[in-house]
Amino acid sequence: MTRALTSHEFDAVPEVTRLATGERGGLPGVQSEADAPPSPDELRDDQVDGPELSARLAKTWGTEKGLIGALSTVDHKIIGRRYIITAIIFLFLGGLSAVAMRLQLAQPESKLISPDLYNQLFTMHGTTMMFLFGVPIGEAFAVYLVPLMVGARNIAFPRLNAFSYYVYLFGGIMIWVAFMLNIGPDTGWFSYVPLAGPEFSPGKRVDFWAQMITFTEVAGIAVAISVIVTVFKMRAPGMTLDRIPLFVWAELVNSFVIVFALPAVVTASAMLILDRLVGTHFFNPAEGGDALLYQHLFWFFGHPEVYIIFLPATGWVSAIVVTFARRQAFGYIALVLSLIATGFLSFGLWVHHMFTTGLPQLGASFFTASSMLIAIPNGIQIFCWIATLWDGRPVFRTPLLFVIGFFFIFVAGGLSGIMLASVPLDTQVHDTFFVVAHFHYVLIGGNVFPLLGAIYYWFPKFTGRMMSERLGKWHFWLAFIGFNVTFFPMHITGLMGMPRRVYTYLPEMGWGNLNLISTIGAVLFFASFVLFLYNIISSARRGPVAEPNPWNAGTLEWAAASPPLPQNFDRVPVVTNREPLWANRDSLPVVAGLSVENREQIVSTITHGRADLRESSPEPSIWPFLTAVATTITFVGSIFTPWAVVWGSIPLALALMGWFWPKTSTEDER
Amino acid sequence: MTAGSPDPQVPSGLLPHRIVLNARQMPSYSYGPRSPIWWGTLGFCAVEGMGFVLAVGAYFYLVFVNGTWPLSAPAPDLFWSSLHTVLMLGSLYPNYLAKRNGEREDLRKVRRDLVIMSLIGVALLGLRTMELGTTHVKWDHNAYGSIVWLLLGLHTAHLLTDVVDTIVLAVLMFTRHGHGKRFSDVGDNAFYWYFVVASWLPIYVIIYWFPRWW
Repeated sequence: MTRALTSHEFDAVPEVTRLATGERGGLPGVQSEADAPPSPDELRDDQVDGPELSARLAKTWGTEKGLIGALSTVDHKIIGRRYIITAIIFLFLGGLSAVAMRLQLAQPESKLISPDLYNQLFTMHGTTMMFLFGVPIGEAFAVYLVPLMVGARNIAFPRLNAFSYYVYLFGGIMIWVAFMLNIGPDTGWFSYVPLAGPEFSPGKRVDFWAQMITFTEVAGIAVAISVIVTVFKMRAPGMTLDRIPLFVWAELVNSFVIVFALPAVVTASAMLILDRLVGTHFFNPAEGGDALLYQHLFWFFGHPEVYIIFLPATGWVSAIVVTFARRQAFGYIALVLSLIATGFLSFGLWVHHMFTTGLPQLGASFFTASSMLIAIPNGIQIFCWIATLWDGRPVFRTPLLFVIGFFFIFVAGGLSGIMLASVPLDTQVHDTFFVVAHFHYVLIGGNVFPLLGAIYYWFPKFTGRMMSERLGKWHFWLAFIGFNVTFFPMHITGLMGMPRRVYTYLPEMGWGNLNLISTIGAVLFFASFVLFLYNIISSARRGPVAEPNPWNAGTLEWAAASPPLPQNFDRVPVVTNREPLWANRDSLPVVAGLSVENREQIVSTITHGRADLRESSPEPSIWPFLTAVATTITFVGSIFTPWAVVWGSIPLALALMGWFWPKTSTEDER
Repeated sequence: MTAGSPDPQVPSGLLPHRIVLNARQMPSYSYGPRSPIWWGTLGFCAVEGMGFVLAVGAYFYLVFVNGTWPLSAPAPDLFWSSLHTVLMLGSLYPNYLAKRNGEREDLRKVRRDLVIMSLIGVALLGLRTMELGTTHVKWDHNAYGSIVWLLLGLHTAHLLTDVVDTIVLAVLMFTRHGHGKRFSDVGDNAFYWYFVVASWLPIYVIIYWFPRWW
């Protein structure tokens, strides 16, 4: 911090009436059990302090040892850590499939990879990156960080959250096992009909793809709802809407986009699998169906998907920029409104993926205009971040370097995006490497670079150790150069007419040199990830021990220990400022009076963030895991017989009953 | 790099606490939008409602593409589906009672209401079975049949889920767990039932009446 906050910049701790509602739980005139005074035998956190309080709470909120304990855990940090690691493993798998493709394309008429394997590789690459990495990584960070940043002790619906992780994991394993058994999908990550329909893709390949969609979307929706309710109802007292950290805003808007976009792809993939397995005719023109219906449904999801990948990254960028600029975000309100505007506008662009399908001209014009419109809120965000850095005293640590890299790459991708919004240009370069270059600039620039920054930034919180700064700088430059060497030439190869998704090309086309340069870049980019992996593993073992707040940041996750104890905070914080730790440098204002022996947490009101209830948070349970297993049996079985949905629903229903049935007479959760 | 804080003002380790609020007297649960589970239920209604909206959108897309509707089949029969719809509308009152008596924490009446709602649910499933026999088209007949069965299947899945949920909750209220926050759950279950009814009405009009008007 270079400048101290003055008193007019934050409120002093407000009076109690502004922090708590003081309302009864029962309805007027009802003698409700909700208002019964707490048992005097139960130890509360206003009776005990210091290390004893920490230890007792850690026992209450902890996870049992052993396999059953590990599978029963409902700790958002443990589930979040698993989610992050799993998503990054899928990032590596998707990256390896890309490297294989680049090696094949390095020279014309290469015989390294067969056409059939190449089809599976580009499908697995896109599918993995979009569904197993892109959506889950943003949610994974939300699962870990949102409860900490809003001052909660656990995510809302922690069992649903655990269930979501296992469903995601099993869906991802299913599709990769299918690929290894040579039944990997081969119709591209969007699996257009009629190619993906029963006539042109017999066998089970596309069915595995369609069910993988079901798995990941069930998981994604479950997390989105947990995050929304956590942000709405679990915020620390005093965290009014305008004190919510920008990262949390980004994850909240992202969750809303997920809630309204993911049902579209589930509908599309369900119709596809029904056409393939039980003979429906949704996409069969001979019987009144229509192939473009699939494209509409898919892209109604598919375009918001781009923002599902990008919005969490804006949250990482905001957090990193504020911390390393050493000042509050410039244009907080503008940033929040831009996030919300981006969320809404993302639903009005889907047809620009379909410009070459013969649209009415008015439709094409409308979607061109809306595609250009969304550049405005995104531009506002970029300018606010630059202004924050401009006015601050930026400290160029590795996380900030990756954010700077993001600015360059993402803006370049945004510019080619504006070019593609125009129908004539889009028609020319549709399905060429120009488009491939464009969306890798947008997606890697807009998601992967901020992600790498975010990992360097929050690694001390996750592990209690710092990552190596020296290796981090090497990593950044290798990644930045490798990325641009790989993808910049693709703009030109695309303009020269090279189509995407071809397994090879003839030497006479003259694309050989540019492709070789791209492959060299890909090797450099790959090397940067090897370095990154080494940095993670060596730092997790031997890195310098991190204090709770090693970057001197302002948000609440840094008020917890590194790594946080199971209860996150020994007492729930009270928030008086957008950057609570910068406003309260000597002591943390807190709420007391919660149980030390039971999992109690504060439920607050949506807008004012007033403490309202002290509700119980669910205990660990094996049932979410068993429910996920039953779900997996049902989904995988349904690829082979539609009756699996019928008999599979019985164990599923039993597992759900086990999940919701209360275990003890005092347990209050549902 | 070092782990040290760049600012000497901030003490290493965790900040000491300053208690400014006590939560001892706060209630341990509440009803409706004050309760997180209510928002979770609303979230799932939004997701599933979006699914219905998209399926209905696909229905009209196919109508638009084909021009004639329904495709080579008479419109589905009105008798069982209308009976089903009437009973659904009739269930709104006992559902309202269940919610209200839950809020009053009146165990005897809640048990009664949930038993009534369970019986109505089972009757509705029976009527739905009869209804499925009078659609005059199968899902593999043509795209019209496919979309009709998709809409019916989607809604039946919701109906079945909430009926099972209601029966489990009814049983729960007859056990020693039937007190406290479970009353709030009764309200959320009733809330979801409103969604099941509300989502059926447009589907009923679209499947059964729209082909007669087109």
